[in-house]
Amino acid sequence: MDEQRPVKIKVRGLSKVFGKQPKRALELRDQGLKRPDILEKTGQTLGLSNISFDVYEGELLVIMGLSGSGKSTLIRCLNRLIDTTEGEIIIDGENIPTLGEKALLECRRRHFSMVFQNFALFPHRTVQQNAEFGLEIRGIDKTERQKIAHTALKQVGLEGWEDAYPNQLSGGMQQRVGLARALANDSSVLLMDEAFSALDPLIRKDMQQELLQLQTKMQKTTVFITHDLDEALNIGDRIVLLKDGEVVQIGTPEEILTQPANDYVRRFIEGVDRARILTAASAMRPLRTTARESDGPRTALHRMREHAIDSIYVTDRDRRLLGLLEADAANAAIQAGTEKITGHLTQDFRKVSPQEPLQNLFAMFSEKSFPIAVVDEEQRLLGVVVKGAVLDELARAGEQ
Amino acid sequence: MDIPRIPLGSWIEGGLTWLTSEYSVVTRGISRFTQTGINTLNDGLMWLPEWALLAIIALICWKLAGPRLAIGGAAGLALIWNLGLWNPMIETLTLVVIATLVAVIIALPVGIAAALSERLYRVIMPLLDFMQTMPAFVYLIPAIPFFGIGSVSAIFATVIFSMPPAIRFTTLGIRQVPVELIEAADAYGATRSQKLFKVQLPLSLPTVMAGINQTIMLALSMVVIAAMIGADGLGSEVWRAIQRLRPGDGFEAGIAVVILAMLLDRLTQSLRRSSK
Repeated sequence: MDEQRPVKIKVRGLSKVFGKQPKRALELRDQGLKRPDILEKTGQTLGLSNISFDVYEGELLVIMGLSGSGKSTLIRCLNRLIDTTEGEIIIDGENIPTLGEKALLECRRRHFSMVFQNFALFPHRTVQQNAEFGLEIRGIDKTERQKIAHTALKQVGLEGWEDAYPNQLSGGMQQRVGLARALANDSSVLLMDEAFSALDPLIRKDMQQELLQLQTKMQKTTVFITHDLDEALNIGDRIVLLKDGEVVQIGTPEEILTQPANDYVRRFIEGVDRARILTAASAMRPLRTTARESDGPRTALHRMREHAIDSIYVTDRDRRLLGLLEADAANAAIQAGTEKITGHLTQDFRKVSPQEPLQNLFAMFSEKSFPIAVVDEEQRLLGVVVKGAVLDELARAGEQ
Repeated sequence: MDIPRIPLGSWIEGGLTWLTSEYSVVTRGISRFTQTGINTLNDGLMWLPEWALLAIIALICWKLAGPRLAIGGAAGLALIWNLGLWNPMIETLTLVVIATLVAVIIALPVGIAAALSERLYRVIMPLLDFMQTMPAFVYLIPAIPFFGIGSVSAIFATVIFSMPPAIRFTTLGIRQVPVELIEAADAYGATRSQKLFKVQLPLSLPTVMAGINQTIMLALSMVVIAAMIGADGLGSEVWRAIQRLRPGDGFEAGIAVVILAMLLDRLTQSLRRSSK
């Protein structure tokens, strides 16, 4: 991976033993014993064993594992809601496991905001007061924190609900309050503990999208815990896969899917709907023909006829996409006697980036029958995706 | 086999005598202070004309619990007035109010401390069992050498007898605060006192109020029994009725106690509901 990216949190050799003789359990671990044997021999549970990874500045890192994998323990070790047994967690030069009580409070206030699976909103406080909580704890004065909390609530779409109590809101809205509470705090790291797992599937999808949107805007370093591989693939920049308290694989969603580290990961990803991670680039075809902005309507029409198509994409000299010319419009231009086609272009078509998930493209076809244009950041036309190609690609993914 | 009887009783007596003689300055101070409190409250309530106090109480009931309790409470108090038990009722009310106040002032910090410290919790809980299950009359006996015959002794015995539920419920209320909320407070860097005052106490308030309600009820029953050591009030009316074998008088005073109990119970219950 990219070694140059600034590291926000560095976790090295982190272990956690639940029980009264952690030393003994770690000795057995070092002799190569596994979790069940250690439990049987010593009565100690090896929650986490020798975990090392980095969280890069501004990335969304997903820690993913099934129940019992130690993911909840791990996220709680980061802000020391659970004390660690050995190892280092370094954030901005401070080693969290060795901080004194006061320094720990300060560290939590400055660095960590947390969003919880079951929301953990304070039922005796209004939405506004909940959002203010972190700021209140830090002693920010009242008018200031009201302003910040208000902005945070607006960000998550809860304007107008400030005076409601949490029990008056739906689950999705409650978690928005949880998110607003975390955002208002403006800490350097956002910890999300199964934040969307308690929501029903549709709401969960919405929240994931919103989180991604917020993320592109704010670039906040985020550690997101989930047991749901789909969710992990959908939102994660990188994924840390845990099993029985150990790291199995660290990588981008693509790496996990295409180069599974072992059989466990392979079995794990079998169930994944591959359409989710296939992108427009994979189904894209090069264009057989395009028109230039300098072309006249007759030339354009001729090209359409030649390739048996009834519309053509028009680009400028640098292949930047200007619009789509339909055959009807070209005919109209000829009849009107215009020499230029630029005045007859339509923008009524879909264009996407090469990274657009294939499954989103599928929905676009039901609206329009034009091929979907694929453009890069500079609006240069790279190719098109036609309906058949998407189906084809999906079918092949299914076979694999 | 001749196993000597363990002289538990004389040990306790010895301890109590030592306490009385050693701390007589303290007990006398407490006695004077409490007596002043009782007299002031008593005189204040009696200075008001019966109809005025009745109207005030009915108004409070209306505000806190609605018209039904206001009408019922007014009717009950009017009956007590009519039976000529107004002054004993005021005396009983005074004792209950002061005993409850003292009990709550002690119980809240103790309950909070027991909730936050596992060790203290283990010490306090058996002590509370002891305080609650010891027959109430027994507290009356050492109260007399400490504070003499009369109302102060009654308060002393009542406080000991009625305090346990307030402690228990406070502890329970704080321990019942969901772990995830404590975790949330911790995660945002709350100090212990911030956690206590911003999260634990507000969330345990309904439970604490239930404990205070129990304390008031126990205080009322104990204050009546305390008539045996010379406490004034409805209890002494009952006591007199027993000695003279006059069941009618006994029941009249008893009914007055019931009315007072129901009134106090409903009032504190409605307080509890509004704290939710």
